Amino acid sequence: MQSIEAPLCVLIAEDGTSDRMLLSSIVRRQGHEVLTASNGAEAVELFIQQRPHLVLMDAMMPVMDGFEAARQIKRLAGEALVPIIFLTSLTQSEALARCLEAGGDDFLAKPYSPVILAAKIKAMDRLRRLQETVLQQRDQITQHHDYLLNEQRVAKAVFDKVAHSGCLNAPNIRYLQSPYALFNGDLLLAAFTPTGDMHVLLGDFTGHGLPAAVGAMPLAEVFYGMTAKGYGLPETLREMNAKLKRILPVGMFCCATLLCLSFQRRAVEVWNGGMPDGYLHRLASGERVPLVAHHLPLGVLGAEAFDDRTEVFPMALGDRVFLLSDGVIDTCDANEQLFGVERLQQVFAANREPDLLFEEIQRALSEFGGDARDDVSMVEVSLLEARQLTPPALVYSDSGQSCPLDWSVSFEYRAATLKRFNPLPYLLQLLQEVHGLRAQSGALYSVLAELYSNALEHGVLGLDSSLKRDAQGFSRYYRERAVRLEALQEGFVRVHLQVEPQGAGGRLLIRVEDSGGGFDVGRVMARPVEGDRLSGRGVSLIRQLSQRASWSDDGRSVCVEFSWEPLA
Amino acid sequence: MAEIHLDHEVLNALQEVMEDEYPLLLDTFLCDSEERLRQLHKVDDPRQLVATAHSFKGSSSNMGAIRLAELCHQLEQRAQDSSLRGIEQLVGEIDGEFAIVRQLCEQERQRFHC
Repeated sequence: MQSIEAPLCVLIAEDGTSDRMLLSSIVRRQGHEVLTASNGAEAVELFIQQRPHLVLMDAMMPVMDGFEAARQIKRLAGEALVPIIFLTSLTQSEALARCLEAGGDDFLAKPYSPVILAAKIKAMDRLRRLQETVLQQRDQITQHHDYLLNEQRVAKAVFDKVAHSGCLNAPNIRYLQSPYALFNGDLLLAAFTPTGDMHVLLGDFTGHGLPAAVGAMPLAEVFYGMTAKGYGLPETLREMNAKLKRILPVGMFCCATLLCLSFQRRAVEVWNGGMPDGYLHRLASGERVPLVAHHLPLGVLGAEAFDDRTEVFPMALGDRVFLLSDGVIDTCDANEQLFGVERLQQVFAANREPDLLFEEIQRALSEFGGDARDDVSMVEVSLLEARQLTPPALVYSDSGQSCPLDWSVSFEYRAATLKRFNPLPYLLQLLQEVHGLRAQSGALYSVLAELYSNALEHGVLGLDSSLKRDAQGFSRYYRERAVRLEALQEGFVRVHLQVEPQGAGGRLLIRVEDSGGGFDVGRVMARPVEGDRLSGRGVSLIRQLSQRASWSDDGRSVCVEFSWEPLA
Repeated sequence: MAEIHLDHEVLNALQEVMEDEYPLLLDTFLCDSEERLRQLHKVDDPRQLVATAHSFKGSSSNMGAIRLAELCHQLEQRAQDSSLRGIEQLVGEIDGEFAIVRQLCEQERQRFHC
């Protein structure tokens, strides 16, 4: 009766010499190694020394009985299963229960039957191996888990370096994100544009874990790169979409809301692809304007079908834009009910102190009974005075030895180009080469951006800026802008840049001309230079930020000057 | 009638399991049993009596000494009820039964040696 399984080491604890002999022979003939003990204390001692796989234990023994020995052996065995089969002619159920309580796994009655004993040893060995496998797998899972966490730590550290190159710590941004939100696919980025606007992206990749996180890197790269170069939302969106479409597998994409907050113009430009509604909270009226998703997520559509149209909303000082990930409204209670938009709006309605909104939402989520999800992301960006924010100084890597000092260049952008091309990043790049201008780059870029958009919108497209005097007109203005640009057949914007030395310093002349109908320069200039109105901010901005600005040709041509002193 | 004292089927099975050590098993059983009998005569603590009767019952049943195991079982039960009444008579019966078993075992041992 040889056993097919690998031989076991079996400890036999039995005080009767003949019984012990008999049992040893039976077990040995079944192919196992045998250790023998004649009382419980010996059995425990042998267990400690030899770690047998299985124990056959007589219940009634001198010195230490089988119950106590079983308890000690089970304790010593720890997590491993060392089956103990009690050898007994005990028949009272109370005595059998005591065997089980002491940790016994089975019984063998006297007289011994080799067949039954073999079957029991085999069954117990199966259990023992099962337990061993479970423990091994558990340890393996723990190991993999640790490994994964470590990978995430490393990836997070790398990513944090990238993400923190932005301006999430700006005084007008509050956000709440679990530290490992990245691995739930949530992504929050913010950066200043060269003109002092702020771009904010809240994204949510499909999926979880590393696959959801890998897309974040290239997306952040495009976001930061293009924002720093002065690209607007449409170009940045197109590029992000194309990149994700190219690199992400089918079925993986990124829901995202992208904002451009303009502190100078007091407006927010919004593109929402597949994210929950964001909200523009107007402090004065208490109104919360939903920022609805009008688009498919990034990475879904091909370049030709992608829609980069944005919406623009006016903002007053202190107004806030609130964005959230679906982790908030998709939080479930015990009955699989969703938290939902209505409950969120109840929190909004009950909110008295805007700065406590996040805390109130979190409290509402936990009172709702949902487990705290780790993919809850919220961000709130408020509109401050431009001077309350300090965009980081741009970092230049060149030495300045090859800085061009005496040159001019002219561009004429015609209808087909005006429709789809944003010339500003390229112009900014040119001007960045001039070291003397770098100290005032923020003002310079703002003015250049303003000059270009005035020439395009008021000049070429003939849009009346007085439309923007209220919020509705504001939206109408931007809708009209999109329609007219789409339909544009002719017209031009010319940009003439001239850099020349002046003593040891130098100056830049910018002249911008457009093909539009011009405007009553005298009337516009007569207005006081102040900035709380929604309309006409452009002209006053230009006058505030540049050293000299003059209009000619009935407002169709404007010339602006920036000069600089010798560099230290 | 001998089967009640020592079951030959059991002995055959034991012989098959023990092979060369079969005579040694018989010797050990007898030696063990004598020691237990001595204890049965000596002990007046019921708990000790239960333990010894229980062990004796177990080894007897393993050897196929059916009647002996049965008598030990009765003794165990009676000692358990803490009524030592009639115990001496029962121990006497066990003495008698063991004498028969011993004889049969020795015969078996002889037979095996031939």
